Amino acid sequence: MKVVVIEYNAGNTCSVAFALNRLGIDPVISSDVDEILSADKLILPGVGSAGSAMQYLKDKSLDKVIRDIKNPLLGICLGMQLLCNYSEEDDTACLGLFDTKVKKMQKGRVPHIGWNQVYDLKGPLFDKISEGRYMYFVHSYSVQVNSFAAAVSDHIETFSAAIQKNNFYGVQFHPEKSGDDGLALLNNFISL
Amino acid sequence: MPLTKRIIPCLDIKNGKVVKGTAFVNLKDMGDPVELACRYTQEGADELVLLDITATLEDRKAFLPLIRNVAKNVTIPFTVGGGINCIEDAYLLLCAGADKISVNSAAVNDPGLITELAKRFGSQCVVLAIDAKWKDDSYQVYINGGKKATSINVLEWAGQGEDKGAGEMLLTSIDQDGARNGFALSLIKEVSKKVNVPVIASGGAGKAEHFAEVLADGYADAALAAGIFHVGLVDIKELKNYLNNINIHVRI
Repeated sequence: MKVVVIEYNAGNTCSVAFALNRLGIDPVISSDVDEILSADKLILPGVGSAGSAMQYLKDKSLDKVIRDIKNPLLGICLGMQLLCNYSEEDDTACLGLFDTKVKKMQKGRVPHIGWNQVYDLKGPLFDKISEGRYMYFVHSYSVQVNSFAAAVSDHIETFSAAIQKNNFYGVQFHPEKSGDDGLALLNNFISL
Repeated sequence: MPLTKRIIPCLDIKNGKVVKGTAFVNLKDMGDPVELACRYTQEGADELVLLDITATLEDRKAFLPLIRNVAKNVTIPFTVGGGINCIEDAYLLLCAGADKISVNSAAVNDPGLITELAKRFGSQCVVLAIDAKWKDDSYQVYINGGKKATSINVLEWAGQGEDKGAGEMLLTSIDQDGARNGFALSLIKEVSKKVNVPVIASGGAGKAEHFAEVLADGYADAALAAGIFHVGLVDIKELKNYLNNINIHVRI
């Protein structure tokens, strides 16, 4: 199986790759269109800000490529946010795969940093992961709970901790940094 | 349930080894960084902080592969600091597997660095480390590993740092560092009130009760310690069970 971690010049591709290594997967880290099109599974990781990340994807013509992907794609943190219509961060038009907006978090301390519990788990990503397990979050923007939500979490207000639609998956937390539960989620994604 | 409070062991790294001193001096060898990082991950640490305290450029070259090696071996997030002066320094560390980067002296010398880093990597990635020392009836910012006074007021600098885009404050009391007689509670409380980003308290942890004090409502979101974990004076697993039993929400 070929897993491609999409590189977009904002770091942390290595962390995702190291986590996949623990699952016995040796991913390709690339922003090359042919590599991306030949992948069985794709991961769009996330450190960066929405504006510079979208600009990079556009410069490499990856925005169109990602929209047309038919195999499973997992967006992590910013990667999940980029799958939505629009982000308030840098006033950015995103990929539009999920008809929802990404908004600045308003309640509690922001950024929302640390381990938080995930609930209302739905779909194959959370197979064998129990309700209320802890995942690691580090973000200032979030997607409100909507019909795509595959998991939710609370930071005074409830937000989408994961979303899913067809072959597109997104998680607001960092499974690559969330210990054994995070690895289990990545394993579920790889096993789709 | 609210967000959990975090317990963060800190690894000061010099010449490839973890070291620890008192009030920033008298450094002692505490072992291998990767081994310690793995041990703390297994014991239930929520995050790690790794600080490069080497002085020479030559030694710094060895730091990146070390960070890569830590990232390969641990499954929890970690922040890296020490000697980050530009976007490129930060980018290389993030690429090596760091999750957040912390800036200290370089940000005091050029506060615009905070904004540049936040624009490129997002505020959530940028930790402003502030070393505070009580002097002339106020807490003042010290730089260059606690050696140089700046006469900048800590509260003002924390507020300015947040405005510039820092996503978290790592607040160390130089007076308390290594003394093991408790965190600088008034300092932590004031900064915590001043900023809306999470505050990590550092300096002074000696026993479990000190963590309970500093993680109470209105104080810190996370507590950092080094020596007491390295020498086994406080066990992270026992500490978290203790906090959980007194209703401080932690990840068990």
